[in-house]
Amino acid sequence: MSETKTETSLKGVKNLAALTGNEAVAQALRQINPDVIAAYPITPATEIVQIFSTYVSDGLVNTEFVAVESEHSAMSATIGASAAGARAMTATSSQGLALMWEMLYIASGLRRPIVMPVVNRALSSPINIHCDHSDTMGARDAGWLHIFSEDAQEAYDNTIQAIRISEHPDIQLPTMVTMDGFIISHGMEVVKMLDDDVVRDFVGTYKPDTYLLDVDKPVTMGGLDFTDFYFEHRRQLAEPMEAAPGVVKQIGEEYGKLTGRKFGLYEGYMLDDADYVMVLLGSTAGTAKTIIPELRAKGIKAGLLKLRMFRPFPYDEVAGLLAGRKAVAVMDRSDGLAGLGGPVFGEIRSALYEAKQRPPLADYVYGLGGRDCGPAQLMQVFEDMQKMAVTGAAANRVNYLGVRE
Amino acid sequence: MSKMIEIRWHGRGGQGAKTAALLFADACLGAGMYIQAFPEYGPERTGAPVASYNRISGEPITIHSAVESPSVVVILDPTLIGAVDVMKGLPQDGVVLVNTNETTEEMGKKLGLNGQKLFVLDASTISKETIGRDIPNTPMLGALVGATGMVDFDSMIEDTEAKLKKKFRNKPEVIAGNVQAIRQAYETVKAQHA
Repeated sequence: MSETKTETSLKGVKNLAALTGNEAVAQALRQINPDVIAAYPITPATEIVQIFSTYVSDGLVNTEFVAVESEHSAMSATIGASAAGARAMTATSSQGLALMWEMLYIASGLRRPIVMPVVNRALSSPINIHCDHSDTMGARDAGWLHIFSEDAQEAYDNTIQAIRISEHPDIQLPTMVTMDGFIISHGMEVVKMLDDDVVRDFVGTYKPDTYLLDVDKPVTMGGLDFTDFYFEHRRQLAEPMEAAPGVVKQIGEEYGKLTGRKFGLYEGYMLDDADYVMVLLGSTAGTAKTIIPELRAKGIKAGLLKLRMFRPFPYDEVAGLLAGRKAVAVMDRSDGLAGLGGPVFGEIRSALYEAKQRPPLADYVYGLGGRDCGPAQLMQVFEDMQKMAVTGAAANRVNYLGVRE
Repeated sequence: MSKMIEIRWHGRGGQGAKTAALLFADACLGAGMYIQAFPEYGPERTGAPVASYNRISGEPITIHSAVESPSVVVILDPTLIGAVDVMKGLPQDGVVLVNTNETTEEMGKKLGLNGQKLFVLDASTISKETIGRDIPNTPMLGALVGATGMVDFDSMIEDTEAKLKKKFRNKPEVIAGNVQAIRQAYETVKAQHA
């Protein structure tokens, strides 16, 4: 189990920077130095490519920057560049991701190892520019790997690792790396950067196995399948998803040796002996880390399971971690409108189906459209969990936290 | 400094409340502290009330929710008092700094102090005399250091100068004025310590 305990002194740490999440990811893109970036601006992700475009004009990268007229074109151009044999990237958010929709499936169907930072923002309507996870959650079945970041540091670290994960011979699928809109994208924090050459060595040179401009090994991409082969081609997409957890862990280990920051499929915080476990994705996991020690001091065994990988979903690991607990609360920063809570809840319930000791389980939809979720709200969830442990079931399977009814 | 300090900046769109929070965070990082700086995003218009925030600590900061109960409030524009609840969440042992030409007594009454420590300075006049424009954010940065002593003044001014040089690489003439403004504000507030 990956329990976190890191050195906290900043004395003598090199390459420290005060960066917003967007600045940190722009720096990661500069260090990765991709062949092509095609992008269209959208709040709150605009700064990533805006800052990156200054690196292009200042000659700090060799990237061909393609300013396109929509996100649909951004993803199309990125797929085209990738198919031609380039390491190609883009970044977006919310409505921009929604406009990319049909191209997302084409990126994965063509096995393009595209890495795309996505700044999580609510979807219209009503129009809202603030954070929730409904944009990328809607793309959860598009054949993309999906990595969540808690803070600016993780957004930076995950972006770099995602290049290796996507381009791994056993994967060859696109990856979206997310961070919470405004809370992380526009919040300045301490980021420990790596040296440029360390990042460049880590990501290496992209050597595609198959690409359109390889005249010695001609291939077709984007062909038509009838009833004869479509099923076989789609079936093949399940294999890299099965291989992904192992690859993600292996690259997370390697990155850990390089940086002291090890990554896996999830992070446990005071989880090992916890009776009451909160499951979270993104920036609110950091807020939970501030109240769990308070609960522990009162003798309440609280813990956190922060999921890093959402696609593929670590079903077996999650089942092993949550079975036998006194109560589990799932936090969803999007409402699946599925009839029974949000998308994380659905996955956790599914993961626990085969567990021998299924814990009482409740879903909490929170923080939609940037609604603040602070320590008091999270405390309330831990109080609810203690009641669930006594009664053996949640009073409500699905709860809406911090909403006016 | 292991206990986390939270700061709320009040200003109007265009006065640099966001920049002040970013500059202060950068200076605190320079002194080896963990930092957060973030603005409150709403409908941003020049002149509309805006707020920004800092968290500063000797330990890693993981909390990612709003600042509810800051220990320091910095008010860049005194016309916000009454229009915005600038004292919201400020505890009795909190500190408030106001850019104003009024006296401590007058301002204290207006704010309805309840034990909080108040510092006043005419940052707008300082700014006009040193920078040539009414941009009170950098002098208030000096005032904040003078009031709280959270970072060493000399290292703060060094860090801020470096940051300003980067930000204003096409307008180097404004840097000396800003540095002078910060210094003057720092001295003004230092003198008010009881």
